[in-house]
Amino acid sequence: MRRFLFTALQPMESKIALLLVAIMIGLSVATDTFLTMQNLFDLINNNSVNLIFALGLLVVLVFGGIDISFAVAASVVQYVVVLLLMQFGGGNWISGLVLSIGVGAALGGINAFFIHRFRIISIIITIATFNIFFGLLMYFSAGRSIYMLPEWLSARIILLRFDTAQGFATLYLPALVMALVALATWLLLHGSGLGRQIVGYGSNPEAARRSGVNVGLLHFLVYGWLGACAGIAGLMQVNIVQEVVPNALYGRELDVLAAVVLGGAMLGGGRGSVLGAVLGVILLAVVQNGLNLLGVSPYAYKAIVGMIILAAISTTNLFSAREVRRAGASPRGAAS
Amino acid sequence: MLDQTQSDYALRVKGATKRFGNQLALDDVDFELRSGEVHCLAGENGSGKSTLIKLISGAYSADPGTRFDFGDGKGRDRMTPTEARELGVHVIWQDLSLFPDLTVAENICFEHFVADALKRYDRGASRALARTALDRLGVPLDVDTHVRDLSIAQRQIVAICRVLTGNPRIVFMDEPTASLTQAETDGLLVIVRKMSAQGISVVFVSHRLAEVLDISERVTVLKDGALVGCFPTEGMTQGELTRLMTGRLLETRVQDKSPQGDVVLRTQGLSRAGEFEDVSITIRKGEVLGLIGLLGAGRTELAQTLFGLSRPDAGRIEIGGESQHFRSNRDAIRKGIAYVSEDRLNLGLIQAQSITDNTAMTVLKSLLRFGFLLTEKAKRRLTQDWIDRLRTKAADIDLPVSALSGGNQQRVVLAKWLATSPDLLILDAPTVGVDVGARAGIFEIIHELAASGMAILLISDEASEVLYNAHRIALMKSGSITDYFDPAAITEKELEAIVNA
Repeated sequence: MRRFLFTALQPMESKIALLLVAIMIGLSVATDTFLTMQNLFDLINNNSVNLIFALGLLVVLVFGGIDISFAVAASVVQYVVVLLLMQFGGGNWISGLVLSIGVGAALGGINAFFIHRFRIISIIITIATFNIFFGLLMYFSAGRSIYMLPEWLSARIILLRFDTAQGFATLYLPALVMALVALATWLLLHGSGLGRQIVGYGSNPEAARRSGVNVGLLHFLVYGWLGACAGIAGLMQVNIVQEVVPNALYGRELDVLAAVVLGGAMLGGGRGSVLGAVLGVILLAVVQNGLNLLGVSPYAYKAIVGMIILAAISTTNLFSAREVRRAGASPRGAAS
Repeated sequence: MLDQTQSDYALRVKGATKRFGNQLALDDVDFELRSGEVHCLAGENGSGKSTLIKLISGAYSADPGTRFDFGDGKGRDRMTPTEARELGVHVIWQDLSLFPDLTVAENICFEHFVADALKRYDRGASRALARTALDRLGVPLDVDTHVRDLSIAQRQIVAICRVLTGNPRIVFMDEPTASLTQAETDGLLVIVRKMSAQGISVVFVSHRLAEVLDISERVTVLKDGALVGCFPTEGMTQGELTRLMTGRLLETRVQDKSPQGDVVLRTQGLSRAGEFEDVSITIRKGEVLGLIGLLGAGRTELAQTLFGLSRPDAGRIEIGGESQHFRSNRDAIRKGIAYVSEDRLNLGLIQAQSITDNTAMTVLKSLLRFGFLLTEKAKRRLTQDWIDRLRTKAADIDLPVSALSGGNQQRVVLAKWLATSPDLLILDAPTVGVDVGARAGIFEIIHELAASGMAILLISDEASEVLYNAHRIALMKSGSITDYFDPAAITEKELEAIVNA
């Protein structure tokens, strides 16, 4: 049983899961509002967008890359897709989703192209595209928001609704989309040969190349996947807030990155899981929600999130430093 | 009889030639490999071993005049990687090319993930495939362990298993034992024999001559890109093989009696929990103390404590009669101790920096003019001086260290530490990855240093190294010094047996 638990959960995942359960129990005792259907549904509704971002980013991190342009890319997708759809009679959910995925994947493809073709590390490229995407968006939109949306997009689709003592508890469409993206990402990363190639490349790029992995194609797949997720997340966010504000998602990239890293994805590549990424986002969301319910100032939230990340990462690094030392017990392995 | 041997070969290469620019890396080399044979490819660094392997495996394209014959009736002028793989040619490079974050099973089956990228990842099937490969070698290994958690020896087995799933006929192994302990090496040799018994031809590249002679039936010797010859190993001695590889006879002679100078280092009851216990040693001026022990016996840990990198739990360290409490290795350097780490590639040198910068690193302060100005000229003068004194072969002192061969890199590490003019030099496995000719050169330097009055602690796991280069030999086993030997009173074989017992 012990063994099963250990193979099923990576150390970081199990730690985050335990912490999450502890916080949730604490909040259920401390407040009478946390453990209500309404609050839990709202938590999911409010975090679907971040979860979709996180799933895309996870793939890039496991691959050994990083991307900080995805959040503003999502804003570009929102703007472009809404303008295009309005131009051509409004569209519908299908054309909207297809277009969002397409534009998002294309923006991710731009990152992939530069990273692979010019062999420049991903953080530099995506800092550049982050500025280009956002700069061009602000320039062409002149910072104007769009409030006139196609009717289908501004209507909220209800998945589940319960009548509870505190009022209606409702789960909306983005939650379902998020679940589907999680399933697809799980199938890609953990359920296919491609996924093993992605983990393999993130773990040892040179060995992957020698084994015949099509490295260029993999770059396009990975950054395109994040781009597509960003596109979907962008569309969902429009559906939730019912407007397109060009700088609404600016800065979201760091929140998502922190959550995914908290969930056990390693910046060097090779490690990370769908479960971990989801747990990371949910943990931070629950903390924020809890502080809110406890009446703590929202300013304290950022500081507390920072401390959680520091605590979680430094205790894990303790483990990995020990691992390095153990591997270092036979450093002759490095001699040629 | 002749016909029978002809149908028995797995590969014949005729006239293998490869030119890089105007440099002839391989010159008209013939190479023959029988089916199921264990063959050794020997030669110093730069003799063309890797080039030959790369021509055969298709990594390099051979120059005109080269012929490859795999016994399938088709002659080939050059190989491509795909063709080589189809013919069952596999190379296990020294770095093993494994994926630390994937499991054993996933590493072994990785080629399948590349071939069937869009197929569902069938965990059960890949585990079964991995188990089959491991069973062929008779090695029990948990297929669900991540490779990052395995020892180097276990990783080697994973790399071999990955090759086995590709139905190999010819497997090249590049320095497979360089980072293994004796017991692990023995285990690997058993596996190699099993592969050979299954009809796979194994070509071994190794600097360790004893094991070359032990495992292989024939040895092909290359020197400066040309073929010296192909010889049966039966009846061949290490000395003879060395002569073939280097073109000269290297003398192996036990050192004279220990010099009776002042005591430089004395430790008393030095202990550190879990690493070493109650170590009391003395080294005098001009003396080489050989410390022999297997990997994990605590030798490196002891050296690191002597050098101030870790603190002892108990016991004393005396330098020149004064008790010392090193807070860091800076204290140790100030007291005249230098430590040449066994991990030259990562700890000893900054690979991407120039020879000059690496050499000057330990003495930057003394090179400053007016106390703050570091001139290139001062660094170069120092570097050139040491290059001359240690006879380092470097085309240009501004080249990155990574451009040098193992033996010459080791000379740069030595120079870097000798520049601090130490009283005590700790050498931790100074010849790892250094080929046989260059080894002799490094030991020549060590003898000169000792003759000039330096005290030297020579750490090694090779009996011949300490036997012929130390004045006294201390044996370290599981953290303690268990015995001392006089090199004149013991043979290499006896010492080897005692170390591995």
